[in-house]
Amino acid sequence: MDRRQFLKSTGWALSATTLGVPSSRAQAASIKIGVLAPLTGVVASGGREMIEGTQFWFDGIKNEISGRKVELLIEDDASNPDVALQKARRLVEQAKVHFLIGNLLANTGLAVANYVKGTGTPYFIPIIAADDLTQRARIRNVIRVAGYSASAFTHPFGDWALKKGYKKIATISQDYSFGHEQCGGFAQVFTEGGGQIVAQMWNPLNTSDFSPYLGQIAGMNVDAVFAMQNGADATRLLQQYASFGLKDRIPLLGAMNLTDQAVIRTLGPECEGVISPAHFVEGADNPVTVKFVKDYVAKYRKIPSLFGFSMYSGSMWVSRAIEKIGGRVEDRDAFIDSVRKTELPDSPVGKPVRLDTYGNPIYDVYIRRVIKRPDGKYWNVPIETYPNVSQFWTYDPETYLKQPAYSRTFQGIKKT
Amino acid sequence: MSVLQLLNGLTFAALLFVVASGFTLIFGLLRIVNLAHGALYLLGGYIGFTVAARSGSFLLGGVTAVVAVAAAGGLLSEGLLRFVRGHELRQVLLTLGVAFVINDMVLAIWGGDTFTVPVPEALRGATQLFGVYYPKYRLFVLVTGVLLFIGLWLLLQRTRFGALIRAGVDDAEMVEASGINIRRVFLMTFLLGSALAGFGGLLGGAFLSLYPSADAEILVFSLAVVIIGGRGSLVGVGIGSLLVGLLNTFGQVMFPELAYFVIFGPMAVLLAFRPLGLFGKAA
Amino acid sequence: MTSIDRPTYLPAHGLARPARGARGLSIIMAASILLAAALSPFALSTYQIGLATEVLIFGILAMSIDLLAGFAGRTSLAHGAIFGVSTYVVIFAIEQAGYPALLAVALGIAASTAVAAVFALLAVRTSGVYFLLLTLALGMIVWGICLRWTEVTGGENGLRGEIRPALLIPHRNFYWLVLAVAAPLSLAIWRFARSPFGLTLLGIRDSEARMQSLGYHVPLHLFIAFTVSGFFAGVAGALYAFFNNFVSPSTVSLSQSVEALLMAIVGGIGTLFGAFVGAATIIVLENTVSAYTERWPTALGVTFIVVMIFAPEGIVGTIRRLCGAKRVVAPSRTEGTDHGPQAVS
Repeated sequence: MDRRQFLKSTGWALSATTLGVPSSRAQAASIKIGVLAPLTGVVASGGREMIEGTQFWFDGIKNEISGRKVELLIEDDASNPDVALQKARRLVEQAKVHFLIGNLLANTGLAVANYVKGTGTPYFIPIIAADDLTQRARIRNVIRVAGYSASAFTHPFGDWALKKGYKKIATISQDYSFGHEQCGGFAQVFTEGGGQIVAQMWNPLNTSDFSPYLGQIAGMNVDAVFAMQNGADATRLLQQYASFGLKDRIPLLGAMNLTDQAVIRTLGPECEGVISPAHFVEGADNPVTVKFVKDYVAKYRKIPSLFGFSMYSGSMWVSRAIEKIGGRVEDRDAFIDSVRKTELPDSPVGKPVRLDTYGNPIYDVYIRRVIKRPDGKYWNVPIETYPNVSQFWTYDPETYLKQPAYSRTFQGIKKT
Repeated sequence: MSVLQLLNGLTFAALLFVVASGFTLIFGLLRIVNLAHGALYLLGGYIGFTVAARSGSFLLGGVTAVVAVAAAGGLLSEGLLRFVRGHELRQVLLTLGVAFVINDMVLAIWGGDTFTVPVPEALRGATQLFGVYYPKYRLFVLVTGVLLFIGLWLLLQRTRFGALIRAGVDDAEMVEASGINIRRVFLMTFLLGSALAGFGGLLGGAFLSLYPSADAEILVFSLAVVIIGGRGSLVGVGIGSLLVGLLNTFGQVMFPELAYFVIFGPMAVLLAFRPLGLFGKAA
Repeated sequence: MTSIDRPTYLPAHGLARPARGARGLSIIMAASILLAAALSPFALSTYQIGLATEVLIFGILAMSIDLLAGFAGRTSLAHGAIFGVSTYVVIFAIEQAGYPALLAVALGIAASTAVAAVFALLAVRTSGVYFLLLTLALGMIVWGICLRWTEVTGGENGLRGEIRPALLIPHRNFYWLVLAVAAPLSLAIWRFARSPFGLTLLGIRDSEARMQSLGYHVPLHLFIAFTVSGFFAGVAGALYAFFNNFVSPSTVSLSQSVEALLMAIVGGIGTLFGAFVGAATIIVLENTVSAYTERWPTALGVTFIVVMIFAPEGIVGTIRRLCGAKRVVAPSRTEGTDHGPQAVS
């Protein structure tokens, strides 16, 4: 079903609720899912793909779980936490959804999480990566199905950089919590293994001109550059890195979003050869992933990005959990327990996935490289695998939780 | 390294000059603070991008962008602003409404993806200059900015139209009283100003890329340039662009914490104590 | 009533003492509106009560803008920032510093008032478009600080907590509290606007030069007016902190100022009560429109355009004009262009 139809039905549903039309009996009534995504604003393109990924899954199961119809109520959070909160309130209080899923930017996720802490509404965050939501500030009804904590993939990446023989690295990351956490994960493991972080640069979100930073990098003596950029900033960094002639001189290592399809889809040779760590590799050759990508391309005429994949897997996970309790989403405790215990046997990554005791999925992390396909498009292929990576890497969780969350001032850098 | 950063600041300043010169022409002569100027930049960028990407010609993209945005500007002026002529604040807020609409329409048509205007083959890659390796396209932008300054200066100082603009900036009523069709001059100026915004969009779209909030960002910079440089003064816009461009670049390098303060601080101070800016003329 | 840049006619009742009968009628009207507002939670769903609460909170903010725009003739784009400062301070004080709620509220309001005073010091010498741009720049500085000073403001992520006292958690109770604050506050602003000070402001709005020559200290009056309007914006901000349990840079952003200004304009600049009408209109419109389409920004922009062209005096202003009796004079629409900053001193 297309989005307009859903929105129209939302409109009628909302008006009906407002007019006080009594809803039908619980069991026969549909399962109402509130989907929040940024459809306008800075990360609008990611948001749209989130909706596509969600719809892709539910269309595939014919919008039905355990005999109950599924109704997707989609709301735009405008890449803005105030709006996200407003829409969350509307979905929970007016449309009376059974659970919420989605959001992209960490600050929108944190705002909604704070709200559902009070209402107890189950909230699933396949994309929100704020570390603490499954660490120090975890909330029982906020679960990171099919998602990832920010530092989970950059921990092994630091290890890989050491293995590759890099000794000195400069980092350039977006200056917000997602950036701090991804960079921190890399910096901690890299420096603990003897590497040196020569300089750390932080650019504000929506930096259109990276030249001041690239100018500094050009004068540094480093083996590689680690870049954490999301959305439009990623596009610009890749382009400008190449246009300043740095691409051929200094290898570029990226956090996962830097080389996500949402970014490299519209790029050319400037993204080729960039290495990044992720759980999802669209160019992987395992049959499940190949099929997923093929079907997605057939339907949406674009190679799936992280956003589409995550929402698809998240929706898959939640649906399986609902099936296990016979469709009774009204029983919140049972529902949440079911989600926490569910393993996903048929995830598009081609391996079963389950949650750790803190509510964060455990994935194999692939080190990927961007290559050019025969048809001229670019995508990621795996070059190495780190199996079963926990959000705590190889650290003991209790010890790890004693150190503060990564921030601009705490990057886990080992002092020599 | 400073040579590199200096070039960075100058090239950014050149782009600012292209956009802000259009803004100040409209502000100076028509006394309209066109808050839709950024949206026109974005519109020009996206239109230029589509044409350039489809046709393979940067030049064609440029021409289309300029013409299309000038037309949009004309529509704005004659279709909407005429109804609030003479009411300064109403004009400003109306243009703000237009900015919302254009920004949203652009999002609806092109989607939220980031696009980059394809750079012509000849301008790709980098070149050696003063001992640094610098992207050719950015140097092209710098040269364009300088040429534009010269062109506008000639226009204002050496043509009749330019003389009318200068006279109008000083005293629009007098010009009207001398029998000149000031309305036509106003319209032409609005078209020129809008065209510059559209051209800026194409130019900037190639190295800064185009995305949903680019309009607000360039508008805010343009405001800063015009406030600092002064209303209605070409030299003012030139100096203002240099200051803002260099401040922004060096600010990002040296005081990344204070990124916004570096621009808005001087802007606020000037507005409070010298609202006419450095080179502005009292009306 | 006035349009935002120049009054098209003087208010018939505003200056003179209304006749006893008319005053009685006003009191009855006000009382019945208040009663209806107080009883409405019984007829609305919890979500709608939440909306109504928001209308009240933003109505206070819009009213503070109207005080400055309608009575002193200065249109500000900084009030969103001033409002949000209070929200930040309240949440910070309760969550991070552990202060009790009432102290936090007092601090929040004090902070907003202080910020407004600082802005006022810088802005009193300007007017018209320059005032607008200056307040825009000042608001952006506040936004920049909230965005970058991560240790205190939480940066991008903002501040959050569960700060509402248990008694106020139910929607209805909180609504009644907000109503209990909004009503006397509106009365206070109304009295302020009709006080001798308020009348002086009206005089300044109409002709600064004249007031100057009559011996009034114009910048001082404007300074006080700005600071007082900041106080009211601060109250709204404090209430918003409890409403949302959350604050982020978007609360102090330019779009917040723009939306609040639009509410004041749609309701009617110079009408004070119009602020609530404007807030209700925009909030209800936003809720209805975004249920059907993503194109809310377009709808908002079109509303701006339409109001500016056809109804610059807003809803309440237009109603008053249509049923209003005596008019003084109606200058033509094209009268007067603002020629840049007016020299005041």
